[in-house]
Amino acid sequence: MAAPPLPPPDPQFVLRGAQSAVHALHFCEGAQGQGRPLLLSGSLRGLVHIWSLQTRRVVATLDGHGGQCVTWLQTLPQGPQLLSQGRDLKLCVWDLAEGRNAVVDSVLLESVGFCRGSVLAGGLQRWMLAVPGRGSDEVQILEMPSKTSVCSLKPEAQARLGMPMCLQLWQADSSPHPLLLAGYEDGSVALWDVSSRKVCSRVACHTEPVMGLDFDSQEARGVSGSAEKTLAVWSLDEQQALQVRGTHVLTNPGIADVKIRPDRRILATAGWDHRVRVFHWRTMKPLAVLAFHSATVHCVAFAADGLLATGSGDQRISVWSLYPRT
Amino acid sequence: MSWAANRAQSGASGAVANRRRVGIGGASGVAARLGDSADPAGARLPVTAARPEVPARPDTPSRPPRTAARRATRMDPEVSAVRLTVWEAVHILSSSEDGGRIFCTLGSLKRYLGETENPALPEEQEEFARIHFSTFLRCLVGKLSPDWLELLPDGQMEELWASFFLEGPADQAFLVLMESIEGAASPSFRLMKMARLLARFLSMGRMAAVMEGQCRQQAGPAFPLLQETLLTKVVGLPDLLGNRLQRENLATFFPQNYFPLLGEEVLRVLQVVVDSLRGGLDCSVSFLSQVLGKACVHGRQKEVLGVLVPQLTVLTQGSCLWQRVCWCLVERVPDWAMEAVLKGFVEAAPGPEVLSRLLGNLVTKSKKAQFVMTRKLLFLQYSCTMPMLQSLLGYLAMDSQRRSLLMQALKELLETWGSSSAIHHVPLVQQRYVSKAILICLAHLGEAELRDSQDELLASLMEGVKSRLDSNLPPVRRLGMIVAEVASARIHPEGPPLKFQYEEDELTREMLALAMPRPAADGPSEAGPSFAPVSGETPDRETVDRSGPQAGPEGSDSELDSDDEFVPYDMSVDREQRSSKAPSYVRGCLEALTGSEDWERWEAALRALEGLIFRSPAATQEVSVELAKVLLHLEEKTAVAGFEGLRQRALVAVTVTDPARVAEYLTVQFYALNYSLRQRMDILDVLTLAAQELSRPGHLGKAPQRGSPDPSSQPGGAVVPAWRAVVEERVRRKTRRFSKGSAGQAPAVGPNEFNSVAGYFFFPLLQHFDRPLVTFDLLGGDQLVLGRLAHTLGALMYLAVNTTVAVPMGKALLEFVWALRFHGDAYVRRGLLSAVSAVLLSVPAERLLADLLDELLEARSWLGDVAEKDPDEDCRLLAVKALLLLEKLRDKLLPLSSP
Repeated sequence: MAAPPLPPPDPQFVLRGAQSAVHALHFCEGAQGQGRPLLLSGSLRGLVHIWSLQTRRVVATLDGHGGQCVTWLQTLPQGPQLLSQGRDLKLCVWDLAEGRNAVVDSVLLESVGFCRGSVLAGGLQRWMLAVPGRGSDEVQILEMPSKTSVCSLKPEAQARLGMPMCLQLWQADSSPHPLLLAGYEDGSVALWDVSSRKVCSRVACHTEPVMGLDFDSQEARGVSGSAEKTLAVWSLDEQQALQVRGTHVLTNPGIADVKIRPDRRILATAGWDHRVRVFHWRTMKPLAVLAFHSATVHCVAFAADGLLATGSGDQRISVWSLYPRT
Repeated sequence: MSWAANRAQSGASGAVANRRRVGIGGASGVAARLGDSADPAGARLPVTAARPEVPARPDTPSRPPRTAARRATRMDPEVSAVRLTVWEAVHILSSSEDGGRIFCTLGSLKRYLGETENPALPEEQEEFARIHFSTFLRCLVGKLSPDWLELLPDGQMEELWASFFLEGPADQAFLVLMESIEGAASPSFRLMKMARLLARFLSMGRMAAVMEGQCRQQAGPAFPLLQETLLTKVVGLPDLLGNRLQRENLATFFPQNYFPLLGEEVLRVLQVVVDSLRGGLDCSVSFLSQVLGKACVHGRQKEVLGVLVPQLTVLTQGSCLWQRVCWCLVERVPDWAMEAVLKGFVEAAPGPEVLSRLLGNLVTKSKKAQFVMTRKLLFLQYSCTMPMLQSLLGYLAMDSQRRSLLMQALKELLETWGSSSAIHHVPLVQQRYVSKAILICLAHLGEAELRDSQDELLASLMEGVKSRLDSNLPPVRRLGMIVAEVASARIHPEGPPLKFQYEEDELTREMLALAMPRPAADGPSEAGPSFAPVSGETPDRETVDRSGPQAGPEGSDSELDSDDEFVPYDMSVDREQRSSKAPSYVRGCLEALTGSEDWERWEAALRALEGLIFRSPAATQEVSVELAKVLLHLEEKTAVAGFEGLRQRALVAVTVTDPARVAEYLTVQFYALNYSLRQRMDILDVLTLAAQELSRPGHLGKAPQRGSPDPSSQPGGAVVPAWRAVVEERVRRKTRRFSKGSAGQAPAVGPNEFNSVAGYFFFPLLQHFDRPLVTFDLLGGDQLVLGRLAHTLGALMYLAVNTTVAVPMGKALLEFVWALRFHGDAYVRRGLLSAVSAVLLSVPAERLLADLLDELLEARSWLGDVAEKDPDEDCRLLAVKALLLLEKLRDKLLPLSSP
């Protein structure tokens, strides 16, 4: 116990060359059968860079958003297809197979907000997409790739939730109904049953807009960060009611993104105070404060093997290996 | 035979005559004549003097045995046979060398002790015990020698010899033993033998028999002298043996062993007393009381009562008789020993209930006991521990007769507490003691009782609170606050509650706990309040907390639980983020601090100021006075963490950068109108800190480093030292040095920068202290600032070491001290004393002698006075330190002047 704490860790390496603030990050598991995955980053200037983690160089640059900020990147499990969401109100589907990089499809969005979309992909060719909808408080559910609108989730008028700020689609193993977790502008997190278009439960976790959330479906527990100083942990019981389990007070306000590592051991937050904070997911014990970036950290992403990438306004992407999986 | 009888008769009657003539002194005649080889030294003792008093009053009708003895000597030849036998035995003992004969003779005498198959008649036994026993014992003692004991094999002789001491009347045997130990040459065979015998005597529990004998004599103070002697011997046994035996002393006689034994013996005697009272026999415990009293006066309360009180606690629990005996025991304690005994009882009793059972209503019966319990232990001493105090006051509270005393005690305690002169003249420890006693009293007294004398109590309370809050010493103030809070709530419950802000520490917690009314505890097991249930709750709550976040999927987590011990990294860099709008120039800061309505900028400017000042001294000097003015008047408009420290550091930095002008400005402001006390004290602090900075050797070289901007903006800041250490280590390993030992850094050297400006700091502060302003009167109510001023002047003096201005400074400072030396406030006096020490340390010895001789002599006599008489402990300590410095100074000067 008396041993001094470990000195703060250093990044494993830093990727430079995005040439503008990094707003979206996503690990793409090596589709080409390479040892290390690719890292995708979306920048303020509308470019998507594909980085090889082996050579640590840009493999390809995709330009599909007309110079508008790329806010969300997601690959689909079936085939190397990439979704990118930009502030140009477009969601592009890219085909990356065999070195191609062409837009194969695109969805027009009707919301100018910052809300990132969410995807629920079964094993089939069909997948479900949630994006902010036409009305300022709506969430639209689309079935892809047919782009047919399944429904639009609109809260009751008197609820005054404000805009949706972040979305997460998921489906419990036991149930056929897809569910949607949405963080709203008023600081509450709501659970939607997509098929019945009803809010199952809503809990006010924050007093400021919810900026990011992640959900651990195995433990039925989630975490959300907002513009204020606290991180909220909430859980879902059998009656599908959300309950706040605890809050964790941070030193500085503002969380841009929250991600739980796929092995559900740790979670990382992207802070407006230039720092990335790492917590133990089960106990919420603070583990590390990564003070590397010199501008707001916009996004964090975990690879399946546990690697952590953080993207910041200082145009750098730092990659960390913390508490490696044994 | 007839010759022998004749001789014996004439001897006895001669002795009687002798005794009649010279009283006590005649005893030596008997001793010398009958025990012909008895140690003459023994005859001097009062022991021997006390004994013959029995036959000295032969015609008291109430003593049939003695009349019988008289008759025996005169006419009854049969009874005088005892005397004959004894005389013959003595003769044989003294002349014969034949072991068998001696053995027979002694054996025949043993008949008189009873306990043989053929005991002598009771009258004969009685006579032997009363008249001849001690004489005979002395004779036995006289015969003791290695050869004599060898006359019979196997130690038979010694056994027989010892049996007389161990089986005969205990009090006489004890006295003879003590007497012979006292008289024996040291070291000698006889001394050791006697000491061993005494040890055996003690181990056989004969001490109880000695005391029992005294309890059984119902006829009141029969032999005061004998009792007195016994008492001295019983209690003084360890001292006597220790003196006689020196290093040969036996463990039994060590006080720490002897007095517990004595306690047990007293208890046994008490048992006997209780038994005989049950049997309808009268007994007196006054001898026991005296033994107890004397032992306690000798400071052996712990040993004796440590044994006695726990046993009595148990014994008195169910028995009224035991209680009465116990009360009697304490009541009979002589007045001169009452205090020691009561203190011992209070200390040894585990709680007020037990104390009440053991003492009964002693305080209402004995004036002395009342004085000890209600005045001495409360006001005149302050050595009792808190459990003792609680026992004591709880005892007073337990009975309706004693409750009036408790009320009286509370009134007097509050009066003492409230007197303002007591605050100045009573040591802090005692003030705490009195305060705690008040709180305990309040916890015991009921609301109705308090209401009866509400006005009186409140008046003294408020007086005390007022004078305490005026005090300059924080502990005194805090004491006032705590007592005021608690006492006002109890005395005046309907009024608005007083609430002070004070830091919680051990003392406050202890005092607040005292104020809680104790639950009615019964029996010794509950004496110590048990906190077990409280501590037991915490783990519960913890486990609840831990299991709280996840009630459901506990089982699936078991594999995570096992290996999830992630060690956290250092998170000290995680500080609050500042916006980076801080000005980059000193003038910018000045603007931001004066005109800006942008509070973030204002705060950033304040934070950046110190670094900027050190980085650009030239720019600072242009605006130094203006900056000092702004900083001095700066108010905390937003809740800035560490505002006071930031402002102070910036002020110090300005002062260090431009000492002469800023110090001049600040010292003038110190005596100006329209400043708060806080600001004036800030000025003093800043001056001290700046002087310290200036006088620190090599401060100029270090200043830029200190002034580096907030390290929180450099993320890698904490790593640099580790990196440097690694490099230095590498260099060190690869470098060969020719001389070892001086590898450490040389101390920074440089001229004392304070030299040229010390005058600006010091003299203006001394100028106006005796001229009161409308808002500021140093010699009146603003003592706190005066104390600060004295401390500051002392510090400045100390920092001016090795400067040319030190001598006039010292002179002025000693004059200042002289003017204020009888100040009533302890804090001011402390400041003055430390100032004197600073003068002694800073002014060179030769100059002290040449220029300040008169002042020093005056100061010295004052220091001597303070060191002896000052009520404040710190003052005394400081005075002693100053005196020591003076001594050192003299030692330094004497070798210079003597050759």
